Amino acid sequence: MLDAGRSSLGSVSARSVLGWVYRFILFPIGQMLVFIVGAALVLTLLSYLLALLFPEPRPNISLMTQVNRQLPGMIVSGITIGFVYAMIALGYTLVYGVLKFINFAHSEIFMFGSVVGFEVMQRLAEGGNLPGWSPVLLVAFVVLAAMLASGLLAVLIERVAYRPLRGAPRLVPLISAIGVSFFMIDVVRAFQAITRNDFNLTYPLNNLEWIRNPVKLAIGEATVNIRPTQFIVVLGAVVTLIALNYFVNGTKLGRGIRAVSQDMATAGLMGINVNRMISLTFFVGGAFGGAAGALFGMNVGTVTPFVGFIPGIKAFTAAVLGGIGNITGALLGGLTLGLIESFLNGLLVYFPVLGQRYTDVFAFSVLILILIFRPSGLLGERVDEKV
Amino acid sequence: MPPLLELQNVHTFYGHIHALKGVNIYVEEGEIVTLVGSNGAGKSTSLRSISGMVRSKQGSIRLDGQDITSMKPHEITALGVGHVPEGRRIFPLLTVQENLEIGAWNVTSRAEINRRMEEMFQLFPRLRERFQQKGGTLSGGEQQMLAIARALMAEPRILLLDEPSMGLAPVLVEGIFEIVKRINAQGTTILLVEQNALMALEVARRGYVLQSGSLVLQDTSANLMNNEMVKRVYLGEN
Repeated sequence: MLDAGRSSLGSVSARSVLGWVYRFILFPIGQMLVFIVGAALVLTLLSYLLALLFPEPRPNISLMTQVNRQLPGMIVSGITIGFVYAMIALGYTLVYGVLKFINFAHSEIFMFGSVVGFEVMQRLAEGGNLPGWSPVLLVAFVVLAAMLASGLLAVLIERVAYRPLRGAPRLVPLISAIGVSFFMIDVVRAFQAITRNDFNLTYPLNNLEWIRNPVKLAIGEATVNIRPTQFIVVLGAVVTLIALNYFVNGTKLGRGIRAVSQDMATAGLMGINVNRMISLTFFVGGAFGGAAGALFGMNVGTVTPFVGFIPGIKAFTAAVLGGIGNITGALLGGLTLGLIESFLNGLLVYFPVLGQRYTDVFAFSVLILILIFRPSGLLGERVDEKV
Repeated sequence: MPPLLELQNVHTFYGHIHALKGVNIYVEEGEIVTLVGSNGAGKSTSLRSISGMVRSKQGSIRLDGQDITSMKPHEITALGVGHVPEGRRIFPLLTVQENLEIGAWNVTSRAEINRRMEEMFQLFPRLRERFQQKGGTLSGGEQQMLAIARALMAEPRILLLDEPSMGLAPVLVEGIFEIVKRINAQGTTILLVEQNALMALEVARRGYVLQSGSLVLQDTSANLMNNEMVKRVYLGEN
């Protein structure tokens, strides 16, 4: 809540403004920084350990040199993909928090966001007025459109495929979700095949000067290229995550969602329209999936109707890693998994037999290990729900 | 004038279990009425049927003449029914303040919410001390106070109280019943369900005795306390 002082004074004091800024802006940013620095530090140490254990994994290749050279790049790309995972993971975790059910159609909600983002940009490009947009405005517009579309899609899916099954055994909505997932993939594929005769959708980023030129940073012997799209992903994710924290912890509707997630029946007794809160949760979770989809699309350049599956299941891994149902956990899990993956991507190439293609094997090993040894996730036992 | 709350021939099922078998209850404005009975007699089910947590299959439930039988819980709450559920059901991760704010869900004015909260602190000074604490960290007695206060935040016309003394130390039980009387004196009608039949009959004006889903007795509290069967079965006298 804003501040205890408010209710007695009835006015906004300077102290409560500071409290507000701390609670809803500084604290979440600090938390993200701690997670990023922590995960990056641990992985850096592990990399050096690896370099000590295997100084020369292949003839004439010094792992130590490679680690030194690649470290900043791996961290940057890890943070980027980590924020994408975190944003998708939030969709799983929010819905799980309220309905105790894994929405396996969420990967398609993400895919839908990336396709809508493409459509919006492509249409602007076809109209010839893309270069006229200011970068910030363009990105904001594309992301907001994807958020709206994916949010509404998620609400629709809940209404059609899950609500009639409320109270059914837990496996039933899960199967329904998988059905929705296949259905969505094929609907988008059919639509794109008919309208564009192709379902490899390439974001029209080429005629945008500002998006093509990476920023080069030199740190010691390492150089790191930071693409503007990576800036966009991180900035977009940070802004939306702060907004989510405020929504969940600082608004009446967020309070309603938390009440429903803790005790649905009692929330109804308090006068809360439970179905409306569930729809709202799906909207918010879906909007985050959509935002992640559009940001992901801008970052990788080309999306397809099948693009949702792998990021979706990895984000699910991230949500479980952090502690499913826990919003902070989704953030921590996403960033950690993103960094793990990026480090593996960077270092596995130097090992014989193994290679970059084993990255996914390791990422999913994380899921299996967590499910075996700590099914409640890293933050499973913590009882607060801040971002 | 119809009674404030009236149940006519209400039948409620849990799956195949016939939990209420044609119950008739009425509560007049300003009364305290109690439902007495042993475990599984249908006391809680009666309250849950009224507030819409379970939907009764047959019969009618009327609030001030209006049929609420097939309404959703949140709609019934909006019409002025407050329900303190069995086991208190505090939102454990919300603070005391947030729990109270949730209770006033349908109130839009911030000033009004603060006024009601202030009223609750008059009634339960302990809650003011626990203001920023999470509901789950409160003691049993404090949670019961919070559960009652949370329901009162909506300023209900009738308060359904389910086992307010459950799991509380005897000193606290006395306190809770004092509060029940005070709430009633301030104008809230109360339908009270209690295992502790003696306490319940002492505060109530009238009572109903339920046995395996059916009403077996109804009378004023004074008469019930003198009834041989009630004495033997529910008051533990020989």
